[in-house]
Amino acid sequence: MELLEYALIGGVLFGLYFALVGLGLNLIFGVMQIVNLAHGDLIMLGAFGAYWVFHLWGLSPMVGIPLEFLGFMLLGIPLYYLLVPRLLGTRDPEMLSFILFFGVSQMIEAAATLGFGSSQRSLPLATLGVGNVRILGQAFPKAWAVSAGVGVAAILALYVYFYRTRYGCATRAVMADRDEARTTGINVHWISAVALALGFALAGLAGVFAPYMIGSVNPSVGVNLTTISFAIVVIGSLGNPLGTIIGGLVYGIALMLMETYFPSWSTLVPYLLLILIMLVKPAGLLGHQVRRA
Amino acid sequence: MPERRRLVQAALLLMALAIVFGVAPSVYGNLTLLFMMMAYVALAQGLNVVYGFTGYLPFGYVGFFGVGAYGMALAVTFLHWPVILAVVAGGVLAVLIGLVLAPLLRLSGAYFSIANLAAAEVLYYVVANPNLTDITQGPYGMKLTAIFDPTLSYAVMLVIMLVATAIVVYLRLSKFGLALLAISQDPVSAGTAGVNVVRGRLIAWLLSAFIAGLVGAAFGWHISVFYPDSVFALQVTVFAIVFALFGGAGTVAGPIFGAIVLYGLYNFIGISTPEYFQLIYGALIVALVLFLPRGLASVFERGGRHVL
Repeated sequence: MELLEYALIGGVLFGLYFALVGLGLNLIFGVMQIVNLAHGDLIMLGAFGAYWVFHLWGLSPMVGIPLEFLGFMLLGIPLYYLLVPRLLGTRDPEMLSFILFFGVSQMIEAAATLGFGSSQRSLPLATLGVGNVRILGQAFPKAWAVSAGVGVAAILALYVYFYRTRYGCATRAVMADRDEARTTGINVHWISAVALALGFALAGLAGVFAPYMIGSVNPSVGVNLTTISFAIVVIGSLGNPLGTIIGGLVYGIALMLMETYFPSWSTLVPYLLLILIMLVKPAGLLGHQVRRA
Repeated sequence: MPERRRLVQAALLLMALAIVFGVAPSVYGNLTLLFMMMAYVALAQGLNVVYGFTGYLPFGYVGFFGVGAYGMALAVTFLHWPVILAVVAGGVLAVLIGLVLAPLLRLSGAYFSIANLAAAEVLYYVVANPNLTDITQGPYGMKLTAIFDPTLSYAVMLVIMLVATAIVVYLRLSKFGLALLAISQDPVSAGTAGVNVVRGRLIAWLLSAFIAGLVGAAFGWHISVFYPDSVFALQVTVFAIVFALFGGAGTVAGPIFGAIVLYGLYNFIGISTPEYFQLIYGALIVALVLFLPRGLASVFERGGRHVL
């Protein structure tokens, strides 16, 4: 029982963090139906940012967050204008964006390998706080609690943005109907560019905590992180931010249960979950439409 | 008669491929490079069967390649089958896995691609799992040095490449290939016009699985020592996709051209620092999607010429 309790609570902590991992991918898909296959590589870059903040300046990776957030936003906006408007004009934007961002992902991975080398980088858990946190009688590393807390904060912030700001309101209008939003005078491209940039920044933010929650990183982890993010987003359902929380929790708890009871098979979790959910309920747990070709 | 002309073109192309790769080993010493080039021509064609004609992009294509290699190795190790039969067994095992994965074809677009990638990862983690060391040797890989035969495996690979190309020729010139294209453009209309949508997709999917399984089996035989990491590497899928896209998916000549030119380029600049090549093909993918979604073949077709 003790073990099960540990796995379940730990799973919730992981799940809240993993919701953050999928959040950026889902936001971008929800706003412009573009599959950001470079999502995992952005997370990897975020992790490297945290690593350098700690190793160059000896600061806590938390201090670097605002800087990273800004950096990723500044990367996202020009990239939007460079790639997306042309992409949206093609015959099959969803599929082509998938291939295009795969190219972007390969470029990021190659540039990161050339720049940082291919060795594994890790951060000690203690850099996010020494000692343990007790939750319902169980002890967990402080880093887990901090990561989960940042996950919750990011999701809440996104909700405030969506429902309490003019930009967020316009973003929801674009999500509902791109053409109609344009006729009401919304600058659809600018709103989408901001959404893309926010999606990038959320990936970077998730990356800051990746060394603690996912393990050591090197430039080639991007593809795996993308698949994990996809599993989370699809479990919830693409385009639905609330679904991401559910996806994260399902994934986090399933992962912890497998790691507790069948550790040697736990690497299969994200992939099996992804396939199962897609076959049983292709629209995700919160989706309505059934996707069939 | 244009139909007859295209048949003659196809026959000439197949003969040219056979002669070039048949003679090349006596001119150029690096047999493995030539072998890999043929393997990638065949893989690009196999991917072309499913992507070029049905629009499904199998992002876990390498799964069939790995299954083929392991199927061959297991048939040799445990059943003591003759090698060539074992290579066929590798292809057949890939078809069986393709059947198991066939429900994925219900998904559309990016969902299919991601689910297929996940399926390939599952295959990799199962094969590489230390719990299965008695069967697959887990992460320690297969050692088949007893059957090592670079010349014969080269010849078999040549045949596989020609078969894969012939399959694409058939799709390009037949009514069935046309039906597949109709399905990919509008499945509902194709269905009302009397095309069996599910059967068409399934056949294309299994054909492409068979090709990748054969290529994987022949690859395992040629190098005779391999690890799960090497036969389930995402890079194999990526190369096949890039080569097919570059030349032009949906054509016969495109993937051949793409595989030969880009794999040659990869060996020219890629071996010492593969990252430069990765950077180049990443940029190439972006440029292709934005400016030439139908590959180099569309440049020629714009000039009014027909590309086989």
